[in-house]
Amino acid sequence: MKRTSKRVSGQLRKMTCLLAACAAFMAGGVTATVAQSDGPLRIEITDGVIEPLPFAIPNFVSEDGGSADIAQSISRVIAADLASTGLFREIPQDAFISGISSFASPVAYSDWNAINAQALITGAVSGSGGNINVKFRVFDVEANQPLGEGLQFSGGAAGWRRMAHKIADVVYSRITGESGYFDSRVVFVAESGPKNARRKRLAIMDYDGANVQYLTDSSALVLAPRFSPRGDQVLYTSYETGFPQVYLLDVATVGRRVLSSQEGTMTFAPRFSPDGRTVVYSLSAGGNTDLYTMDIASGQARRLTQAPSIETAPSFSPDGSQIVFESDRSGSQQLYVMPASGGEAKRISFGKGRYGTPVWSPRGDLIAFTKQNAGRFHIGVMRTDGSEERLLTASFLDEGPSWSPNGRVIMFTRESQGSAGEAALYSVDISGRNLRRVLTEGAASDPAWSPLLK
Amino acid sequence: MKHIAMTALFVGALALSACSNNDRFGNGGNGTGVGGDFVAGSPSDPRSPAYFNQTIGDRVLFAVDQSALSPEAVQVLTQQATWLIENTSYTAVIEGHADEQGTREYNLALGARRASAVQNFLIDRGVAPNRLQTVSYGKERPLEICSDEACYSQNRRAVTVLAAGALTS
Repeated sequence: MKRTSKRVSGQLRKMTCLLAACAAFMAGGVTATVAQSDGPLRIEITDGVIEPLPFAIPNFVSEDGGSADIAQSISRVIAADLASTGLFREIPQDAFISGISSFASPVAYSDWNAINAQALITGAVSGSGGNINVKFRVFDVEANQPLGEGLQFSGGAAGWRRMAHKIADVVYSRITGESGYFDSRVVFVAESGPKNARRKRLAIMDYDGANVQYLTDSSALVLAPRFSPRGDQVLYTSYETGFPQVYLLDVATVGRRVLSSQEGTMTFAPRFSPDGRTVVYSLSAGGNTDLYTMDIASGQARRLTQAPSIETAPSFSPDGSQIVFESDRSGSQQLYVMPASGGEAKRISFGKGRYGTPVWSPRGDLIAFTKQNAGRFHIGVMRTDGSEERLLTASFLDEGPSWSPNGRVIMFTRESQGSAGEAALYSVDISGRNLRRVLTEGAASDPAWSPLLK
Repeated sequence: MKHIAMTALFVGALALSACSNNDRFGNGGNGTGVGGDFVAGSPSDPRSPAYFNQTIGDRVLFAVDQSALSPEAVQVLTQQATWLIENTSYTAVIEGHADEQGTREYNLALGARRASAVQNFLIDRGVAPNRLQTVSYGKERPLEICSDEACYSQNRRAVTVLAAGALTS
């Protein structure tokens, strides 16, 4: 089991205003301004962006020579994060008129304006003894002023990617007015082997595919992992005993335990409640599948549904009061919402075809789902009452949406057709734009996005 | 445990072969068999797992999104039940499977329904319930790997997998 990168959350200090840099700006005759949340540089994501916002990010300045590689790598990751959203477009460095040789010197706005950069991101890296300090600024080029205050991060050099993602989150947030999602991880199923003898193992990676770690070996089939609300635990289904059962795994230690192992039953489709204390899951007994909850601490289980139909793929609303799930009680798979304690369920899907794998958005406003219709699979979203259904994708087999922490992007599994068919991870934003393959070492399925890391 | 059970079976097969019934197995029997019309342990030996798996058939197929037993399935399962009743040294795990046209977790539940339909049928026909377990693989273990109905129809199945040995519980 390979576990190379240490968790860096403890090493990343809180963002701090870059007071020294502010002072430098004063000295340079440029007015230091505080964050302008209503400044002119703004992308309204809901408008459906047609033209991505052009930004320039010169390589971060290495202030002590030794951290030049990291300085460049950090600026590259920030650029990749922003460009991957489809909301931003990077201006190539060879178009630059002026460079940034010193973090403190004044910005030549006209040089950046001339190449149509609307946002400029500058930064500098210094380091000593395995620690690095990264500071950065965002500029609104047209307005000739900084966009918000300078910030800095410091921590272990091994955590440089996380620092880059955090900086990209700040930039994204300042320009869109929404929280970002770059400093996050994805737990998924890494697949290998032929279609009729797939080997599957749990893996975890940064949202962009970097820093892969394996959490299980491939000796037993594993399916459909989910992060705990704090990102420190993973629920999943494993065939370790020969029968599918729900397991709880600690990400840091990779220690795991079975949650429910009632003889003669199968459990699967586990998801955390928003407070992380309860698991809702499916239990099959005698061929009938219903929903249950279990208190993780006490192991006390409670039955939520009691129907001869299939009830599975549950998902809590972010306030914990409701559960959306799929059931074939009407004769085909459809989506239903019920109180989190069980009780009467209301059907919310009424379009053509079958609906499954509903997932409540972290913002609470939408439900993402898989739809099967006329031999095609789609990822779609609808409001929580079932209205305003929109399909975002179409393919031979798309399934299993998972929300980015800010509720703007959906990651899912796309499986290609035929004997050599293989699963891969894709993402799409909720406008249906910016469909992208998430790069993984091999075939991959069942992605589940973590919350933003702390 | 397995070794002991298999040895017992072999003796049983020889005993049976000594009084094998030509009418029952017709000319299809293996004429080169040791001491009879079939090779012990071969698909023509009615007490062998190979007979169960191949001659009777260890699997039944289902229609799209269905777990109802077809007339063909009933025929196969009736023979499976008879075999299991006569060969008490075996237990079985019934695996339910689905084709790839469905979401993962729904297919797990669907496979559970299919396995259970077979289990219930076998129990109704007299097989002791504690000899039968079920498991669903959903769409995780397709037998055929093409992406059209020719393969899908083979993958929508329930397979009765024999295990030699006494009951564990």
